[in-house]
Amino acid sequence: MSGTDLTAILPFIVLGGTAIIVILAIAFCRNHRLTALLSLLGLVLCLIAIWPASDMAPRHVTPLFVIDRYALFYMGLIFAASIAVLLLSYGYLAARREQPEEFYLLVLVATLGAAALVASDHFASFFLGLETLSISLLGLIAYPRDHEKPLEASVKYLILAGISSAFLLFGMALIYARLGTLEFARIATLLTVNDAQPNLYWLTGLALIFTGVGFKLSVVPFHMWAPDVYEGAPAPVAAFVAVVSKGAMFALLLRYFVTANADGFGPVPMMIETVAIASILVGNLLALLQDNIKRILAYSSIAHLGYLLVAFLAGGALQIEAITYYLVAYAVMTVGAFGIITVLSAGAAAEIEDLDAYRGLIWQRPWLGGAFAAMLLSLAGIPLTMGFIGKFYAIAAGVNSAMWPAVIALIVGSVIGLFYYLRIIVAICATNPDDATAYIGAIPKTGGATLAVLTLMLIGLGVYPTPLIHLIQVTAAQIAAK
Amino acid sequence: MNLLWLILTPLIGGVLAGFTGRRNTALPRWLSLACLAIDLGLVLVLWVTHDSTTVAANGTWLAQMDWPWIPQLGIRLHLGLDGLSLLLILLTLGLGVVSVIASWSEITERVGFFHFNLMLTLTGVIGVFLALDLFLFFFFWELMLVPMYFLIAVWGHERRIYAAIKFFLFTQGSGLLMFAAIVALALINYRQTGTLTFDYFALAQAQLGPTTQMWLMLGFFIAFAVKLPVVPFHTWLADAHTEAPTAGSVILAGLLLKTGAYGLLRFAVPLFPAASATFAPVAMTLGVIGILYGAMLAFAQDDMKRLVAYTSISHLGFVLLGIYAGNTLALQGAVVQMLAHGLSTGALFILVGALQERLHTRDMRQLGGLWSSAPRIGAIGLFFAIASLGLPGLGNFVGEFLVLLGTYRVASGFAIAGTLGLVVSTVYALSFVQRVFHGEQQTSKTVVDFSWRHMLVMATMIIALVWLGCYPQPAFDTASSALANLQRVASERLSRPGEP
Repeated sequence: MSGTDLTAILPFIVLGGTAIIVILAIAFCRNHRLTALLSLLGLVLCLIAIWPASDMAPRHVTPLFVIDRYALFYMGLIFAASIAVLLLSYGYLAARREQPEEFYLLVLVATLGAAALVASDHFASFFLGLETLSISLLGLIAYPRDHEKPLEASVKYLILAGISSAFLLFGMALIYARLGTLEFARIATLLTVNDAQPNLYWLTGLALIFTGVGFKLSVVPFHMWAPDVYEGAPAPVAAFVAVVSKGAMFALLLRYFVTANADGFGPVPMMIETVAIASILVGNLLALLQDNIKRILAYSSIAHLGYLLVAFLAGGALQIEAITYYLVAYAVMTVGAFGIITVLSAGAAAEIEDLDAYRGLIWQRPWLGGAFAAMLLSLAGIPLTMGFIGKFYAIAAGVNSAMWPAVIALIVGSVIGLFYYLRIIVAICATNPDDATAYIGAIPKTGGATLAVLTLMLIGLGVYPTPLIHLIQVTAAQIAAK
Repeated sequence: MNLLWLILTPLIGGVLAGFTGRRNTALPRWLSLACLAIDLGLVLVLWVTHDSTTVAANGTWLAQMDWPWIPQLGIRLHLGLDGLSLLLILLTLGLGVVSVIASWSEITERVGFFHFNLMLTLTGVIGVFLALDLFLFFFFWELMLVPMYFLIAVWGHERRIYAAIKFFLFTQGSGLLMFAAIVALALINYRQTGTLTFDYFALAQAQLGPTTQMWLMLGFFIAFAVKLPVVPFHTWLADAHTEAPTAGSVILAGLLLKTGAYGLLRFAVPLFPAASATFAPVAMTLGVIGILYGAMLAFAQDDMKRLVAYTSISHLGFVLLGIYAGNTLALQGAVVQMLAHGLSTGALFILVGALQERLHTRDMRQLGGLWSSAPRIGAIGLFFAIASLGLPGLGNFVGEFLVLLGTYRVASGFAIAGTLGLVVSTVYALSFVQRVFHGEQQTSKTVVDFSWRHMLVMATMIIALVWLGCYPQPAFDTASSALANLQRVASERLSRPGEP
């Protein structure tokens, strides 16, 4: 391993180093503020380390990892999302009596797993990254260990993660049996050389892998765990699961399908299209029945993954750009929405997640209520927000490939989706005086500042998305060239 | 002068009003009024000083601006002002001022946020009337929905939540269909020319097969038909208009419905002329159904606001008829009808809103005999009711008459059926006056008559309506070059080889 290789994986090294330093710091001196500061500093350094690494890109480091601009862009997204989650968690954890220090450690390790996923070019690193992520998430979900719901959610997640890993491993084994390689790039060449006809082993393997990935993405019919886990997990962890875990998984899926030749997929795209349409419709329809905001957001996330799959299947020139923009938008608005729940719940005994508890919020806390309304409108895809440009990309990608059933599902789903986002907005704008949300305590400063930044990004990049689109075009689009 | 200022001025006003509203309730009103007045001044200056001979490459425009916005996707900040946009923007700003004044005493809570939403809606409407980039157009199209939703949901009447959500879902759902059509059109053009653009003039050049053209046209048509509204898509209208606060009703009826008509005029017909010609009989049938059905529904109402709401369906039926009749007479008629309807219906909503504020009911069964206690309200109500039924000498007559005249040349059957609408409208308008102002007084409350503020507003609207009725020539002159533009875009497209 040369110096160049080490520079290329500098973000990994910094992140791993930070995790070790944080362990030692906790061992010697249990101090919440110090731990948070160290973790934060580490993640910021990781973000900075992307610049030297990008000079080396694209570069294969061992057969396991490829550090290209695509990977670096997604790493940046993951690090930024983790920073936001950490900042939101700080005030939340400070107000609770549990020992908060290990929380940061788990977030760091989970982030490392997610970053490994987006850079992996090999089934082995794929699996390693995934397990690192999943196992840390188990700890995070069950972090408030005195309560029943988080434990239940964690067990549910444990079982489903186990099952999905089993599917993944079996799929990988089948593909290995057929082609004798675990490298994505080799798979592509072997497929084109060996057989034009898709083979049963290969297709079964592919379908099993998509099933395993589908669990992680919580797309229909593998979505059952999502609402329960989101509801049970602490709000910042739910944001982490929704954004970092799903985002990294999606980035990996995209890399795999772009790298491995698209002609050899047989009926798999049709299967994915069915899953996409089902996710959009089922996610949106089930969200209508919920009264718990975290469950609503869980179902809405299922639907959003459906929209992403539409763009994913569309292929073509727009594919990577569309998905990447959508994922960034999704990250901002999802972390933002869960962030509101986090900061509101900071001073409360239990999390404030019931729809009725939000009645009249905008009159009590105009900025917070306004930010929440902006996040929800963005999730619904209304102009002036990033969600609108994201939805534009999804529709454009679908129309470009003439996937009319999927486009119609997207439109119908958006209209249904609007209904439950509006339900929340109706609640936060309720004008009856007896609805006053009197329980709200002080808002933690770090959380408030994070939300302000997220809202500014949401509107700024929604009105003038040019810089972000430019960044995506010069970075993330890099895998297409391979 | 930069057209962007026309959009920014109300936006700035709205933001200022929103910030000042927490401390002071009068300041947001004055700020909104000031910004609207400044904007009105800007438009008037443009109107008076423009050189009518300026002919840009793409027809006659009073002003244009074209800046890059999202260059990677070929989306530009392309705004253009022609006679049609100008008239509608004048109407927008006029009704904007009227709504601010009308809500002076009605809105007493959350005044800042109210004016923020009001001004933001106006910003969106003005943007719709100016946009020449289809993406930008859709941006503004959606932008006006959210603040309108808040206006209804927060300050509305009894069933406001239901009405607001229904309004939002109908318009958003149909809007997304249009959005898919816009994207498809841009991508088809991209495949043919290799440049991705959403520019109006560039997309007017795209080659489309007859089937594609029909589907795309329908995507646009449904969005505009929901807004207009055309009869099978009209059910949101009565609820939204009825439950909205007075200013909301004025803006909904006076402006938001016009954006639908404007969209048909500017986009649906010129971009897809062949499909529109094929579709014209269907659209005109829907127009006639709207005229008659809307008028009949209006007659059947006991709720004053619902009555006025249904008359809008009837009046906008004439606009639809005129647009698809397609000749200059009918188009001119449609434009005048839009302006006149904005004024007369806006005034009626203010009147009904004022009555509700005083009597706390809109139910005509509980009203009657109000003329004796409130003669000013009565007389003004009579004036706008007969304007609404199309009395010669007032704006609505000019519009309806020209539409029917133009339609008669193209399709006499539709014109004859449409004329029946004038008869039915007499029935509902006179019965409205009869039930509210004449007969026995049902309520023991004394009704306070219009204040000077209301009288001033009403007088302005009466003058404008009489002017439009007796001397509509300035409006014709202003609109004529714009309409010629639109017809030229359509005919160029039809005459190109390869067009169906």
